[in-house]
Amino acid sequence: MHKATLPKELETTGLGKTARKDKWLFEPLWTGLGFAIFVVYSTWGALNPGPAGHPYYEWGPYLSPFFSPLFLVKAWPDWWPKILRTPALFVLWAPLGFRATCYYFRKFFYRTYLLDPPGCAVGEARSHNYKGEKGFFIYQNLHRWFLYPAVALVIILFYDGVKAFFFADGFGIGVGSLVLIIEPILIALFTFSCNSFRHLVGGNLDCYSCSFSNRARYQVWGKVSLLNRNHMFWFWISLGWVGFSDFYVRMVAMGIWTDWRIL
Amino acid sequence: MKEKVSDRVGSAFGGETYEQDVIVIGAGGAGLRAAIEARLQGLSVGLICKSLLGKAHTVMAEGGAAAALAYVDNRDSWKVHFRDTLRGGKFLNNYKMALLHAQEAPDRIKELEAWGALFDRTEDGRILQRNFGGHRFPRLAHVGDRTGLEIIRTLQDKAVHLGIDVYMECTITKLLKDGDKISGALGYWRTTGESVLFKAKAIVLATGGFGKAYRVTSNSWEYTGDGHALAYHAGADLIDMEFVQFHPTGMVWPLSVKGILVTEGVRGDGGILKNSKGERFMFRYIPDLYKAETSDTEEEANRWLAGDKSARRPPELLTRDVVAKAIVKEVKEGRGSPHSGVFLDIASRRSAEDIKRKLPGMYQQFKELAGIDITKEPMEVAPTCHYAMGGVRVDAETAAATVPGLFAAGECAGGMHGANRLGGNSLSDLLVFGRRAGLGAAEYAKKLSSQPTVDMGEVQQAQQQMSEPFERSRGETAYKIISDLQEMMETYVGIVREEKELSLAVEKIQQLKKRAQNVCATGDKAYNPGWNYALDLTSLLTVSEAIILAAKERKESRGALTRIDYPNTEEDWGKVNVVIRKKGTEMTVAKEPLSEMPEELKALLQETI
Amino acid sequence: MEKLIFKVYRGDSGKGELKEYQIEVDEGMVVLDAIHKLQATQAPDLACRWNCKAGRCGSCSAEINGFPKLMCMTRIDELPKGNPITVEPMKAFPIIKDLVTDVSWNYEVNKTIPPFTPKPPEPDGTWRMQQKDIDRVQEFRKCIECFLCQDVCHVLRNHNKHSQFIGPRFLIRVASLEMHPLDTVDRRELLKDQFGIGFCNITKCCTEVCPERITITDNAIIPLKERVVDRYYDPLAWLIRQLKRVFKPSAK
Repeated sequence: MHKATLPKELETTGLGKTARKDKWLFEPLWTGLGFAIFVVYSTWGALNPGPAGHPYYEWGPYLSPFFSPLFLVKAWPDWWPKILRTPALFVLWAPLGFRATCYYFRKFFYRTYLLDPPGCAVGEARSHNYKGEKGFFIYQNLHRWFLYPAVALVIILFYDGVKAFFFADGFGIGVGSLVLIIEPILIALFTFSCNSFRHLVGGNLDCYSCSFSNRARYQVWGKVSLLNRNHMFWFWISLGWVGFSDFYVRMVAMGIWTDWRIL
Repeated sequence: MKEKVSDRVGSAFGGETYEQDVIVIGAGGAGLRAAIEARLQGLSVGLICKSLLGKAHTVMAEGGAAAALAYVDNRDSWKVHFRDTLRGGKFLNNYKMALLHAQEAPDRIKELEAWGALFDRTEDGRILQRNFGGHRFPRLAHVGDRTGLEIIRTLQDKAVHLGIDVYMECTITKLLKDGDKISGALGYWRTTGESVLFKAKAIVLATGGFGKAYRVTSNSWEYTGDGHALAYHAGADLIDMEFVQFHPTGMVWPLSVKGILVTEGVRGDGGILKNSKGERFMFRYIPDLYKAETSDTEEEANRWLAGDKSARRPPELLTRDVVAKAIVKEVKEGRGSPHSGVFLDIASRRSAEDIKRKLPGMYQQFKELAGIDITKEPMEVAPTCHYAMGGVRVDAETAAATVPGLFAAGECAGGMHGANRLGGNSLSDLLVFGRRAGLGAAEYAKKLSSQPTVDMGEVQQAQQQMSEPFERSRGETAYKIISDLQEMMETYVGIVREEKELSLAVEKIQQLKKRAQNVCATGDKAYNPGWNYALDLTSLLTVSEAIILAAKERKESRGALTRIDYPNTEEDWGKVNVVIRKKGTEMTVAKEPLSEMPEELKALLQETI
Repeated sequence: MEKLIFKVYRGDSGKGELKEYQIEVDEGMVVLDAIHKLQATQAPDLACRWNCKAGRCGSCSAEINGFPKLMCMTRIDELPKGNPITVEPMKAFPIIKDLVTDVSWNYEVNKTIPPFTPKPPEPDGTWRMQQKDIDRVQEFRKCIECFLCQDVCHVLRNHNKHSQFIGPRFLIRVASLEMHPLDTVDRRELLKDQFGIGFCNITKCCTEVCPERITITDNAIIPLKERVVDRYYDPLAWLIRQLKRVFKPSAK
């Protein structure tokens, strides 16, 4: 049995058609705008590593997370497009892939950019052949593939964060050190609150009390579940902070801002 | 399977016709369990629901199902459960039913687990049991405060995969007989209003109770005593109709939620009752029967809550009849809460986390409907009409009514609970006797050599009656008459009753019956609640009259029946049931003796444990 | 007491209208009270389903001011003042009359889910389970089958995939079986194919409307998607399976 056609008084198919009276448009608008700003900045940032001798992604012990781990290419082949000659290329695919297939991101992306649906109980464009994640978007199942490098990246970013305390003159604390140590913490919270991670540490079990290892995994699963409740928050705050970290290093490297040494 | 035989019947009857070995009317716990059992016996079974499947009143059962599993307190056994049930029922129970119930309930609960139910657990991985009013030991298998939902969903999913035919949103208005035997039932589809005929060898009634006869009730629109009325008109006996359970704790404010149930689990988990002076008044209302096993000081009651097994149970866990009467008295004597109730306090007894885990439904219900946080503030509560102890008189073993081919189980059957039901005993009742009714009906149907014949003249007449409300141009709506009936029942046949008022009620019910002959409906038959209520009204009037006549007959106070003109419990009245029976068109009342209990069981009742 | 304007759908799936009524409302009244008042005083044949009136049976599902809700749990004083309150039937199902829809499709779907099949019990005929083993499943079993999640799910509501997708309610039910500590059936292939879990694009509207506050998407659907990934899309899991096959040649 299928849904019958609705009388026109009740019809809510058609983009944005709804009987809702609250401000449902607000959420897709701010998230859509926020993410667009990040995309524009990060693309520009990644493609503008700065001059070879004086890169904008590095200053003293600071390294921008967009470029970590740093793969330097001594000589790009001639046929390689100039605009793509950036070390970020070797790195960014992993976090971007991880984020682009993230379960929270999917919710937000489908709602905000594909308007499928634009909001709960809000109508969609009249005729489009919806396949969900069975058609083109079946690649979302690759989230787990990206989780593995994402976990590795957390370790690398922590290494960068710690390194940011060791200046040419020894241990010290600059504002940048703080920015770059907070950054991997937030990235870790985002990564370890991931639904895939939650599944792997314990979600895939049916009996938590049945063995010693299951009992241990239950403990971890419980903690990850707590983090997972705020996965959306960790997504946005870590996203914003990563962008800011790059911006900070860039500003300091370009000499526009001065890094303030606390210690 | 679901075989439509309309074509074979010919033009005498316009609607659809279905033929089945066993028809179960009512799809709450008892109906589902009966249908499952009959189907397991290899018969074709039809299950008729007044609402959608899974919405029946069982879903509202909160606290738990009583069964002497003895997982939490190993002193428990069927003997203690039997004793508690009879003491709670003030010894008026059909002892054979109470015995089977106490003995079989544990198996019925374990069976649910094998069908996928997930009850809360003890530390050692067994089914956790909670305390409840009148139960000597923690006995109620439960799932937070949504036990009924767990049970109905488990049974529903079991039934679905057994190939039981489910007829949803179908109301039965008449049972049909071939001579003295049941031959079928006539009803209508709620969605279209069209009549439908079911031919069956045996019929199980599992229609629940009749709380809608009262204004303040925890019951839904469905609870109009259909099964009671159907059985009565088919010639079956009704017993114990004078005993209507008022649950002590219903919500009172805001007005629109008045009557909605507050689970006894609140008290089972430590909640206490206080009046406006802040007194824990239940200490003043401990009946002699329970003195030996009830705390008489707050200190002892607190030790009990802390888990001291030598301490006696707090007086809040006395039986429902006792607690309800105590609340009425406190309010009457001016010590009530602002909205004429008393205070139920769990906030000061348990941590917020515990409350949210064990009573999540209550927490949400008060937060959303009354704007009260029960982890911080006390609830305001007062009695609400909740359960019918009275019902169709049945044989304990087979659940057979006095009409051949008719069976009854669950709330619409009488006898099991005597003068007062213990909380938690209804979920176990419907499992135990649902199964027995299904089995009884199947055995009866198997023995029947041929399908009984349906008298088409009778069908047509009943069909005609159904349409009558539309034929009256002038008259009252059912809403108005039902609302007047409810008010009358509450005023004259409420928690506390007396001869003068009951006599008035007899007159009033006759007037209401007259008015009902003029009830009218507008619009067409499709999903028309105005018309549906007009038909339900017939059942409501029948059961209301039975309640009044039975209450008038019993000249004593016992359990849920409080007669201020006869305040004592009389030994002689403890030996008889009041029986309601149809003779011609008249409702008659008779006193008939209870069956004598064997000495060894009698001995159990007096044991102090 | 104040008088409020309600616009209630009257009609069937063919034609109908949002009819305007004035209703006097008291303190604490819920939308279902207003509908009942309407039936008793102005529109005796107004069709609406309800049972418990306490948020436990899931019968009175409707769309109030365009949002799927239970009428019995929506307090009128919490709705925005000033505008008329609209009450419409659910839109993912055919309308029977007024606020009543034909939800029978859901019952048909339920039949297609392979039932609970427990592992053998302990010698005493029962099972031991710890509370922590069942907490997760108990959340799913809170479902009252109001079908609001089915109603709001755009896969059903907008795309009419009723024949290819079982909807959030039944993904919850499959989750309650798959994560049941005693159950032995593997339903992942069904999930991927017949039950159409891939149609869910986790936009989480089901979770937003659930009156029982079941975290449908994060606790049931996503974990089920992950279990499907385990079997069909995870490279590491695939590798481990292959290795197991090589090093444990069918000894048993």
